[in-house]
Parts: sequence; structure tokens; C-alpha cells
Amino acid sequence: MSLIDQEAAAPAPQRAGAPVRRNTLYRMLIFAGFGLVAFSAVRVISGADDLTSAGTVGAALGLAVPIGMAGLGGLWAERSGVVNIGLEGMMILGTFGAGWIGWQYGPWAGLVSAVAFGAAGGLVHAVATVTFGVDHIVSGVAINILGLGVTQYLASVLFEGTPGGGSTQSPRIDPIGSISIPFLGDALQSVEQHGWFLVSDLAGIIRGLTTNISWVTIIAALLVVATWWILWRTAFGLRLRSCGEEPYAAESLGVNVYLYKYIAVVVSGGLAGFGGAYLAIVAASIYREMQTGGRGYIGLAAMIFGNWRPGGLVAGAGLFGYTDAMQLRSATAVHALLLLVALLLAAVAVFAFIRRRWVPGVVAIVLGAVSLVWYLTTDTLPPQVTFMTPYITTLLVLALASQALRPPKADGLPYRRGSGR
Amino acid sequence: MLAAPALAIVFSLAVTSAILLATGTPPVSTFRQMLDYGQEPRTLALIVNSATTYYFAALAVAIGFRMNLFNIGVDGQYRLAALVTGAVGGAIALPAPLHVTVEIVTAVLVGGMWAGIAGALKVYRGVSEVISTIMLNFIATGVIAYLLTPGRLAVQTQGSNNIGTKPIPPSGQVPGIDLIPDSQLQVYGLVVLAIAAGVGFWFLINRTRFGYDLRATGMSEAAAVASGVNVKKMVLSTMLISGGLAGLVGMPQLLGSSYTYSLDFPAGLGFTGIAIALLGRNNPIGIAIGALLWGFLDNSSQILDLVGVAKEIVLITQGVIVLSVVIAYELVRRYRVVAQQRDVGRELGEAPAPPPPGGGPGGAVAEEVPR
Repeated sequence: MSLIDQEAAAPAPQRAGAPVRRNTLYRMLIFAGFGLVAFSAVRVISGADDLTSAGTVGAALGLAVPIGMAGLGGLWAERSGVVNIGLEGMMILGTFGAGWIGWQYGPWAGLVSAVAFGAAGGLVHAVATVTFGVDHIVSGVAINILGLGVTQYLASVLFEGTPGGGSTQSPRIDPIGSISIPFLGDALQSVEQHGWFLVSDLAGIIRGLTTNISWVTIIAALLVVATWWILWRTAFGLRLRSCGEEPYAAESLGVNVYLYKYIAVVVSGGLAGFGGAYLAIVAASIYREMQTGGRGYIGLAAMIFGNWRPGGLVAGAGLFGYTDAMQLRSATAVHALLLLVALLLAAVAVFAFIRRRWVPGVVAIVLGAVSLVWYLTTDTLPPQVTFMTPYITTLLVLALASQALRPPKADGLPYRRGSGR
Repeated sequence: MLAAPALAIVFSLAVTSAILLATGTPPVSTFRQMLDYGQEPRTLALIVNSATTYYFAALAVAIGFRMNLFNIGVDGQYRLAALVTGAVGGAIALPAPLHVTVEIVTAVLVGGMWAGIAGALKVYRGVSEVISTIMLNFIATGVIAYLLTPGRLAVQTQGSNNIGTKPIPPSGQVPGIDLIPDSQLQVYGLVVLAIAAGVGFWFLINRTRFGYDLRATGMSEAAAVASGVNVKKMVLSTMLISGGLAGLVGMPQLLGSSYTYSLDFPAGLGFTGIAIALLGRNNPIGIAIGALLWGFLDNSSQILDLVGVAKEIVLITQGVIVLSVVIAYELVRRYRVVAQQRDVGRELGEAPAPPPPGGGPGGAVAEEVPR
């Protein structure tokens, strides 16, 4: 009897990779479609044109890039099994590197130097966590303190007395240039201005994503694709991820786990530095103290929100960037978001009930009702509430879907060569 | 046991000197300036005041560290607690001891509640406390910005652009103590509470069943569960205690000098607390020394700007101390384990055992294994 039971309980053979992947893509497209309809409907009902205007989308893209790059850095480190809470410090080093070299030798040199500064921070983290086996969180916190200290000191030494610079900011960095797809913008703008349901929204979003796009943004997008390809489509990536899942198994197969972890954490720091460079060179044109404003942490949250996958990470960074942009651009549009949240929560509740998951369903219904009532009884939303939206969303996602999230299995665990288990 | 922090401090002074030299500043005279200025009575009082604040923050972090629980959210917890306490203290009028008691209790409750959210999320939903407390820090910033606006909890401060909670009347203030002779500046009265908290911390951890369970959980969760420890309950109560202690971080300043929570209330002390807890090895006396060292570095560096050295240099010193101290502790731990094995091998008359597995997730922060 037990033999039969065991056979019955044995996992079904894995389906081939390709159909599963197409399935995911298909589902993502459906989600995107539903999302667009929801946005469009809310825009028409509330009259808040800024919800999907090219300006909002462009601003959201700009705000999402640094968060996404920090998150991508987190992805590299955590896929190799090293928790990197020092992203914030590495990003700060990046902003400084961009400002210091950028104002003297031009923005491209600044970008390279930002990546180098961030990578240096990553190297320190790697030495502490991989070589010395220090707890990852502890080392990360120390690097955040160190990154802030080093940049503040160097800034007051190096920027004091420079043209336009001071102890807390660098001189101006030359702009790095941006591109637009020719002719498309004007055509889309006229479509957008008509306010048609769905069509104008699509036009606004496309125009926002194709007009005045900084070269840095384009490189960032390529980095996301490259990360996906390297980590999931190459032998190198497989080995790197194996260090984050089963380092001792990887070791037994001859993978130099220390080396892979070092590479991953240094790349991680470089990407965080790249995110810092975007803030200094593209967003502000100067290095400024406290410029990162916790975006390293937010990037980490976006990565967890995205279930340690590049696609999910982009969605998370987009969400954070979008709510940030809304808060900066339009008070009425922010208020309209309440209606959107109510709609989305209703959809979540329906899905949950179909899957017989009662508790999340009820929670979603209650929260949806609250935001609907809130929308109907008020005219504006305090900006502070919008500020909190992404963080509350992350907490809710973690609280409701933590079972669905799957971090790398050996993420954050100490590893010492040869100690086995 | 003292070798590791001493080594770390020497190493960080060496790094600091190297950076000072590289930027064209003589290190020895810089350090001498700081030492001289740090011994002036007024600076000494400032050092004790800073250390009082840091001490609460570090204790809050340390109690979590003792069971491998990372409360990164001390920052949000103390700011929210200080805001609410400021508002409550300014709104009520009670006889002095009662008024202060209400304020302290409010601070502990608010801090504990905010940390309790993270504790509940961890226990009931399996959310890592690291990420939830970071999110709660940002949410606290939003909540504070929302509440600290005129018409809600804030009033315009007279003669400035600053806004803050209604000033706390004298009955709710904690008078200072003339601790340092020849100093015009008094030391925060709540330094007494800080010392009491340190003694209480020691007693709780080392002399109670709860403390024993807590340390057991920190050293080996599996072993603790096997011996009947309810880990969920431990996580939740430790998080509540940690948050309660965090609530006290803002109190020395709020009840001892500013009497109002305004826009310029110090932020970021939670991260200072993490650094000091690491330096002091989660031990109440070690933390006290660490807090005084931090207070010394922060306050004595104020002289540097006057002599043309950027005072931010101490931030580098502090960062290097933290990083090198955790590495030093880890190296000492490894060395002791190897030495222990060698001893055992010699006594048994056998070849030494193969190298041991690395420490648990908190190898560097947990107390060393008793021999």
C-alpha cells in the first residue's frame, strides 16, 4: 500500500519549459490589457487626464529607473545568495562618483565612475560577507553608514570652492542627451488630446515612453534584458543562481562559489551605482547630499515585490515610479487613483473567491469598499498618503502573497567552502 | 573579548589617518584638537546627552539581535512615538510626576505598537522583519508628515518657519541634572532612565526565563523549539519590547530640551543604534561604552570645522569601526572554535576534527558559545 501511495504522491514530471513560458507571457499580456481598460475607465469617469498622460508616464519612467537599477543590483546579489541591504550606500557612492568625475570630464565619464564607485562598495560587502562570513544585514547596514560618511567627507573636501559647488553639492554636470522617435510624438499627441476611451490612453503611454528618453534610460532597459539573459540563459547564470539555491551542491559540482558570489555582489554594487548616476546626471544634473532618499531600500522592496525575477522587478519599479510621479504632477489624478484601487481590489477579490481563498478575498473587498467610500466622499487626497502608497502596497503584497513568493533558497545564509552539511 | 573592538578602533583610526593624510590634513593634530575639545565641561555634558539617546536606540536593536531578529525600524518607531508623545504631552495638564509618566507610557506604547505590526506580520504571515520594518520606516515618515501639519497636531513655532507640536508645559518636562562640574549645560534627567533600562535589559536577558528562551532561540531556533519554546510568542514579545525601547529614543530630547516635536527633530538615530549595538555586542555595558564613544566622536568633531577640517571625517571613522568590529568578532570566533577543537583533539589524543560549519545567521552578533 505504501508503495502505491508513494508513487501516487510522486511529483508529476515537469512540463517542458516552452509552453509554460508562453503561458506566463500570455497571462502578463491579459493583465496589461485589463489594467489599461481599468485606467482608461477611471480616467473617463473621473476626468483626471493626468492618469495616463505622456507627461505622467515620462515622469514615472524617470523615477522608476533608479529604483529599478537598485532592484536589479539586489537581484544579482540575492540570486547568488547574498542579501544586499547596502544598496543604499552603494547608490550614494554612485551619486558621488557621478558628480565628482561628471562635472570635470563629462557625463559619460561620470556614469562610468558612478558604476566603479558602486562596485567598490559592492566589493567591500563581498569581502565582509563572502570572505569573512559576516552577517549580510549587519555588513549592509555598515556599508550604508560608511557610504554616507565617505561621500559627505569627500564632498566637503572636493567640492568646497568649486564653481557652483559646495560641501553638500557638486558643480553642474553636463546633460547626457536624450532621443525621441521622430514624427511619432506629434501624431500621438493629437490622438491623446481627443480624450478617446482606450485609444488616447494608449497614445499617451506610448508617447511618454518614446519621447525625450535619456540614453541612460535606454542603457538601463538593456541592462534588465541583459540580466535576464545572463542569469537565466547562460551556463554562467545557472552557476551563479545555483550558488544562491544550493551552494554546497554547486561546490560539489566544481563551481567556485566564492568567485561567483564576489562577481554577483560587485555587479550588484555597480548597478546600484548606475542607479545613483541616473539620479545625479539625468534627474538633477548635480550630486547633492541625501539625493538617493532611500531609493536603495525601495529598489530592494521592488525586487521582493517582483518575486526575485527581472520582469516582476520592472513591474515593481514601475509601480513605485508611477505613484511617485502622480504625487508630483497632479492632485486630482492622485484622487482618481482611489477609484482605480477600488476597481483593482474588486478584481483581486473576484480572483480570490474563484480560487476559494476566502480570507484574502474578504480583505480585498473591505479595503476596496473603504477606498471607494473615500473616493466618493472627498475631493482631494493628502499628498502624504500618496507618498505612503508604494510602501503600504509592498507590505500588503508581502502579507497576502508571501506564500507565493519564492526567494533563492540559500539567500542570506552563511557559506564556508568545504563545511558541507 | 576586548581585543576585537580595540583592534577595530585602532584599524579605523589608521584608515581615518590615511584619508586625512591623503587629503592634506595632519592626523595627529586633528585628533589632538578633538581630544582637547572633547574634555571641555560643556562638551562632556553634550557627550552624555547624545549617549543617553543612542543608548535607548542601541538597546532596542540589541534585544532583537539577541534572538536574530533585525529591527531596522527603530527609526520610524521612535519618530512616531516622539510625535505622538509630544502631542499628548502638550495637550494634557497633570501634576508633574503623573504627567511625565503618561508621556513615557505613551512613547513606549506607540513605539511598541509600530514594531508590533512587523512582529505580527512575521509571526502570522511569514514576512521578513527586515523588509517590513524598512517599509514601516517610510510609512512612519508619511504618517508623521500627515499629522505634523497645522490644523492636525502641529502649531506654528513663534518667530520661525518651523512647525511643531504644542509645547509641553513645565509639569511634563524632565529637569536636567548638574552631573558635570563647571558645565553650564545640564545633563538630561532621563539619563537615569537610560541606566535603569540598561540594568533592566541585563536582568531580563540573563536572569529570567524569558531571557533564557530568547537567548536559546537566538543561538539555535531548532533546539529552542525542541525544548518547548514558543518561538512565535517570543518573536512577537521581543518585537514589542524592542519597539517600546525604541519609543524612548526621542524622550531625552523631547522632555529634556526641545519640549516639542518639530520638523527638525533628529532623524536617523535608529541606524546609529544598530551601529552601537554591533559595537557593544548587544551587551548593556558594551553598548554604554559604544554610545559614549559615538557621542564623543559626534560632539568633539564639532571643533574641526573651526580649524578647517571637514567634520564629516568622523562619519568615516564610525563606518569603518562598525565594519571592522563585526569582521574582528567573526575572526575571533573562528579562531576560538579552531582552538577549542584543537584542545579537544589533544585531550582525546586524536587527530583534530575537520573544520566546523560557519556560524548561524547571526554568527557575528550572537553571544559566543559558552565552553
